[in-house]
Amino acid sequence: MKTLIVYVHPSHRDSRVNQALLDAVRPLPGVTVHSLYHRYPDGFIDTAHEQALLAEHQLIVLQHPLYWFSCPALLKEWLDSVLTRGWAYGHGGNALSGKYLLQAISAGGTDDSYRAGGHNGFALTELLRPFEMTAHLCGLHYLAPFVTHGSRVIEPQALAEQALAYHDHLKALFADPTAQRLDSRESAR
Amino acid sequence: MSLLNSPDFFQQATIYLGATVLMVPLTKKFGLGSVLGYLIAGMAIGPWGLGLIGQVEEVLHFSEFGVVLMMFLIGLELEPRRLWQLRGTIFGLGGLQVGLTMAAVWALARWAGWPNEVAVVAGMGVAMSSTAIVMQTLNERQLSNSAPGHAAFAILLLQDLAVIPLLMGLALLAPMAGGGFDPLAAARAIGAIVAIGLFGKFLLRPLLRMIAGTGLRELFIAFSLLLVVGVAQLMLSVGLSMALGAFLAGVLLADSEYRHELELDIEPFKGLLLGLFFIAVGMSVNLALVLRDPLTVLALAALALLLKTVLLFPLGRLFKLSTPHALPFALLLSQVGEFAFVLFAEANRLGLLDATRAAQFKAAVVLSMVATPLLLMLYEHRLMPLLVRQAPERPADVIDEQHPVIIAGFGRFGQVVMRLFHGIGQPATIVEHDPNQIDMVRRFGWKAYYGDASRIDILEAAGAARACLLVLALDDPDTVLKIAREVRQRYPELAIVARAHGRSDAADLLELGVEVVRETFGSALIAAELALKRLGHEPYTARRLVWRFRQHDEALLAESLKHRHDRDRLISLMYRGRRDLENLLGAELKRPDEPSEPDWH
Repeated sequence: MKTLIVYVHPSHRDSRVNQALLDAVRPLPGVTVHSLYHRYPDGFIDTAHEQALLAEHQLIVLQHPLYWFSCPALLKEWLDSVLTRGWAYGHGGNALSGKYLLQAISAGGTDDSYRAGGHNGFALTELLRPFEMTAHLCGLHYLAPFVTHGSRVIEPQALAEQALAYHDHLKALFADPTAQRLDSRESAR
Repeated sequence: MSLLNSPDFFQQATIYLGATVLMVPLTKKFGLGSVLGYLIAGMAIGPWGLGLIGQVEEVLHFSEFGVVLMMFLIGLELEPRRLWQLRGTIFGLGGLQVGLTMAAVWALARWAGWPNEVAVVAGMGVAMSSTAIVMQTLNERQLSNSAPGHAAFAILLLQDLAVIPLLMGLALLAPMAGGGFDPLAAARAIGAIVAIGLFGKFLLRPLLRMIAGTGLRELFIAFSLLLVVGVAQLMLSVGLSMALGAFLAGVLLADSEYRHELELDIEPFKGLLLGLFFIAVGMSVNLALVLRDPLTVLALAALALLLKTVLLFPLGRLFKLSTPHALPFALLLSQVGEFAFVLFAEANRLGLLDATRAAQFKAAVVLSMVATPLLLMLYEHRLMPLLVRQAPERPADVIDEQHPVIIAGFGRFGQVVMRLFHGIGQPATIVEHDPNQIDMVRRFGWKAYYGDASRIDILEAAGAARACLLVLALDDPDTVLKIAREVRQRYPELAIVARAHGRSDAADLLELGVEVVRETFGSALIAAELALKRLGHEPYTARRLVWRFRQHDEALLAESLKHRHDRDRLISLMYRGRRDLENLLGAELKRPDEPSEPDWH
């Protein structure tokens, strides 16, 4: 399946987790890696270019670290600029309809901290509701997020395993994306 | 009969203007500057050439006012404070030049068996250089503000000051003229200068303000001309140099608020009259005399040029000019100036110089003037490359450190790059070929190596084989292209970021696969952004428009590479580009800043 990894990290060179993850999936057939902070250091998004890229791909992966319980600023700017009315939503806006959206997120907190009463107060799927809703409005199938927890302390061994898991996860999606649809199932992990 | 009714006037104007329009572009095309074009045009139409124009002396006198206007303009550029700073150079360098040249010519002439008076007159004449030729040449080459330009100017100024004592001395020499030092005349001269100073300080500005207040541009122009003519007239009446008076008046107005208006108004008059002046000089060459005894005239001219150059070069070095500066400086001032005409005529009148010799001297002077642009071109095309290559007194520095980055060129451009690098602790090896620049930046604690970056062995010494990046920050586009080409071939792995002059230089470099920065493009974009904000666009919109434009322009440049040699395709591409840009920027202006779905609010 033609897959676009929209990679959003302002300091790629310092992120050992996202580097490992990205390197693991880059060689997969049909995968295009598109790094927003490399392409748009000024923060201005070329809407036409981005829309053409999205149109070409069936699976869209937003790979980014979790910043303040959300995405890095440039990804928000990207959403604001690219998902235009009449293209992504609204009257005649069905360019993305039927495609799949996956978030691949690295988070500093542990799995356990993301729950009611935990250190981070909410489940991650709750915090990611705005993304889910965005996908929904654009007719995208929102898949269960692929999360790497404890990204600041993860051991090399565990990181290697996680990268492999990411690789396998995408391969499984290519085979049957519907299996991971969050909008048709209750929860992911 | 009025001047305009005379058919003669139109005929002459046609001849002057026609000859100018014909010759000047030709000499400019060959890199010889406009002066030679005027001189040749003059020789061609003058009484000794085609004989189209007769009254040379009158034209010469009239057009000398062009030199006066030029000195006024020079004065306007020079505030009293800066003039004061130049005083050491004016009196030191200028005094030495005039004194030594006179002494040397005198000694040589005496040795050749000339009478004492003739030797003295020749010395005085040869000591002078041509303000008109030198300043015009400096302006054309945009060197007025360079170190050799300042030194040359200082000498010219002192020569103008020396005119008065020299003419007085001439009178002393003449046995029958009862001249000599006249205290009354000296007092009058000083009085005139003081009067100009007081007038300039207290009366001139209110007067200018009043005239500018009328809003009549012609009146202002008329007043500007009246000012210069009046001052020149006053100076003439007390026996001082008109040019010197105009210069003084200019200096007094240098810091006034009307400086630019005065410059704008006087400039075209100066340009035309100065051109006429050069034509008149060309016309006054007695070609018949030159042809009758060509060797004498040529020898005199050559000797004067050689002697002046030989004296000026060490003086330039003494006053801290580097060799590649001191040599053109010496050549630039090596001709004998127009003041010699006055001097020889005066000497002839006083009986110090016979008519034949005066005519020979005069022809030699003009030949030396003609030689100036030729010598300068010879220097630029033959001598300079040798000098810069060999740089005998300063071999390329031994580069004892090699960094992953090499910056070639440490002027305004390279320095900014380096300062940023310095801020993040990124070391770089800097190669610069202007020794003055190196000494200057060393005083600010930077280390730059002297060397010509267009030589591959210098880049080799700077570590090109192991470096990962070369920044070409030199200002000469041809040199940048040449280096980029050679480096691409020799070190294909070495990335290059190059400074390009304009679009076509950028295209040349892009074809080599080099990353290119058009040197004024970025600043023009910043200017556009400021202007957009001034026009009421939001800062964010302004920045986005500029970003869009830049993206579009760079894409267009990359695409135009494919059609570089197909003019029609290129033009149609440009038309399409313009249309695309309108659409792009139009869309940018209409871009909603927020999703506008009504039920989202």
